[in-house]
Amino acid sequence: MTASLQILAQDGKPVRSVPELAPERMVELFEHMLHVRCVDQRMLKLQRAGRIGFVGTAKGLEASIIGSAAVLDHRDWLWSGLREGGAAVMRGLPLAEYVAQMYCNSNDTAKGRQMCNHFQHKGSNYPSWSSVIGTQIPHGVGAAFATKRRGEDAVHGIYFGDGATSSNGFHSGMNFAAVWKVPAVFVCVDNGWAISVSSSAQTCAESYADKAVAYGMPGVSVDGNDVLACYEATRSAAERARAGDGPTLVVLKTYRMLGHSSSDDPTRYRDDEEVESWAKRDPILRLERYLTDRGVLQKGAREATEKRLYAEIDAVVHEQEAAPRMALRTLVEDVYAETPRHLREQYNAFHAVVERRGEAEPGDGAFPL
Amino acid sequence: MPTLTLLQAVNDGLKSVMRTDPDVLVFGEDVGLKGGVFLATEGLTNEFGKERCFDTPLSEDGIIGTAIGMAMNGLRPVAEIQFQDFIFPAFDQIVSEAAKLRYRSGGQYTAPMVIRTPYGGGIRGGLYHSQSGEAYFAHTAGLKVVIPSTPHDAKGLLIASIQDPDPVLFMEPKALYRSVKGEVPEDVYTVDLSTLRRVREGKDVTIFCYGAMVPVVEKAATQAAAKGIECTVVDLRTLLPLDEDGVLEAAKSTGRVVVVHEAPRFCGYGAEISALIAERCIEYMEAPVKRVTGFDTPFPNTLEHHYLPDDRRVLDAIEQTFEF
Repeated sequence: MTASLQILAQDGKPVRSVPELAPERMVELFEHMLHVRCVDQRMLKLQRAGRIGFVGTAKGLEASIIGSAAVLDHRDWLWSGLREGGAAVMRGLPLAEYVAQMYCNSNDTAKGRQMCNHFQHKGSNYPSWSSVIGTQIPHGVGAAFATKRRGEDAVHGIYFGDGATSSNGFHSGMNFAAVWKVPAVFVCVDNGWAISVSSSAQTCAESYADKAVAYGMPGVSVDGNDVLACYEATRSAAERARAGDGPTLVVLKTYRMLGHSSSDDPTRYRDDEEVESWAKRDPILRLERYLTDRGVLQKGAREATEKRLYAEIDAVVHEQEAAPRMALRTLVEDVYAETPRHLREQYNAFHAVVERRGEAEPGDGAFPL
Repeated sequence: MPTLTLLQAVNDGLKSVMRTDPDVLVFGEDVGLKGGVFLATEGLTNEFGKERCFDTPLSEDGIIGTAIGMAMNGLRPVAEIQFQDFIFPAFDQIVSEAAKLRYRSGGQYTAPMVIRTPYGGGIRGGLYHSQSGEAYFAHTAGLKVVIPSTPHDAKGLLIASIQDPDPVLFMEPKALYRSVKGEVPEDVYTVDLSTLRRVREGKDVTIFCYGAMVPVVEKAATQAAAKGIECTVVDLRTLLPLDEDGVLEAAKSTGRVVVVHEAPRFCGYGAEISALIAERCIEYMEAPVKRVTGFDTPFPNTLEHHYLPDDRRVLDAIEQTFEF
């Protein structure tokens, strides 16, 4: 079985040499992890209040997501699945855009077309994800091929969950990536559950990292609740990719503390004891202990940070509550570069109905034919 | 102006555009040194190198999935699916990803790419080397679906497809690869992706068709003329987006319509043409629309010549529009 990389034990004590990271950088990672948790908390609250429709939280996965994505810089790409929104924020997605996407309102850069938790941020090379599992994997590989062809040095971090390792996209993506030797890092955030299907029902491999062998690439297994281990493993894989040595599969073993989403009741399919055992391995607490032991974090620092983050998040939420109405024309725009005649006709017929009912607003007007 | 087969015109189109745009790449199964199973990509690897025309691992899902990523990152991929019958492992990538990317990202990410694939019967290929799956794709918003029937159009439509900002499924009628010849300009030119082509003018019956059915319909129209029935023959060329105005104009001009395709009838492309005419110009119609199509069965092998619409069945339908 593949040995799992760990740097910090749960009590915060290093069990091997710690990566060379400035203390300020470690505090940043700590705050990004806290930010993920605070945003999730607020989003769940909004969902329960009926303000937004759906939340897929990252509670428990903060170290996996933040530790790995922290090694990707501005030229790199992050191909996401459902739960990497916190990484997008860390890499430059404005929180206002994040919240607008959760509201699916008119400030959303995707024009409210995707359901909640489907973020994008062109400025930091974070493409829009569909909801289909594993399809982004070959996209990342193709984009990495383009990077390599142009002789650029960007790395493509391609994220997916444990369930996606059973998908077509995983197989074809891993295989093409290795054959083409593209600058990619495959980051499998193995959170133990694909909705209600456990890892043991997903594969007979002892570790998802073993799957890399068949593709002829290295696979590493990492304690996904140890942010420094996630950082170190991904950094080394990214370095390898950037040097032209090809892709690596990095498996971050962690645990999804809440349901698959706000629509899921995980008590129907998993034991409380399992959840409790993972609660004792909280990734934020682990780094907090390490930083406190080293005197980098003072007592009470976490509470003060959380208070500040909640205030910032609440201000953004307040702002996004008041977004203007979505322009009706977005129904048919962006299907093609130019809206073709049949779509303009379909819209105009709809607009005539809206107008007769007195519901049309300026800007909703018919297209010229 | 050289005279080329449709296959040579495809090859010429690829070469012409690759000479002018270094971002255009051609890849798929056996497209490299072998030049493709039909030789559509013959000579490309020799002229442009294996960096620009290359074989991929045998995975349609991987071919299209990686093509999307390349397109998202600045390249112009032209991916080949060896037979349209093999496209379905990539159906998800085409329908859920390529076609929806612009829309779902609010225009921030796009997938300008071409999927070339030979389609249709006539080569005794049985169930899995003969299908006409255009209706599956014409139902997908965000895609363009193009089918040429002449060497001139094959080159011009292919170049237009490669230069188009949206994903294009370019279906090549393999039955016509070597059986039709025509003059093809040597330079880079395009044929518009939203206009039909009127092949023949006649006042009595309008026949809509595309791809490999065009020569079949032309033959039937010649036979009809000998019987005193003058047919307008329309090659739709671009199934999505459809030149609806062109269809309506051609339908109105005769008041009698026959639609011909080799794909199965039920929910086939002819149903859309029939519905369009019923909705928009039924008052011009002298007779019900007739459809001549493949059977609603899997594609046969030994009896494929009876499955495929031929001039006899088309002529029969033309005559039936006068029996109403």
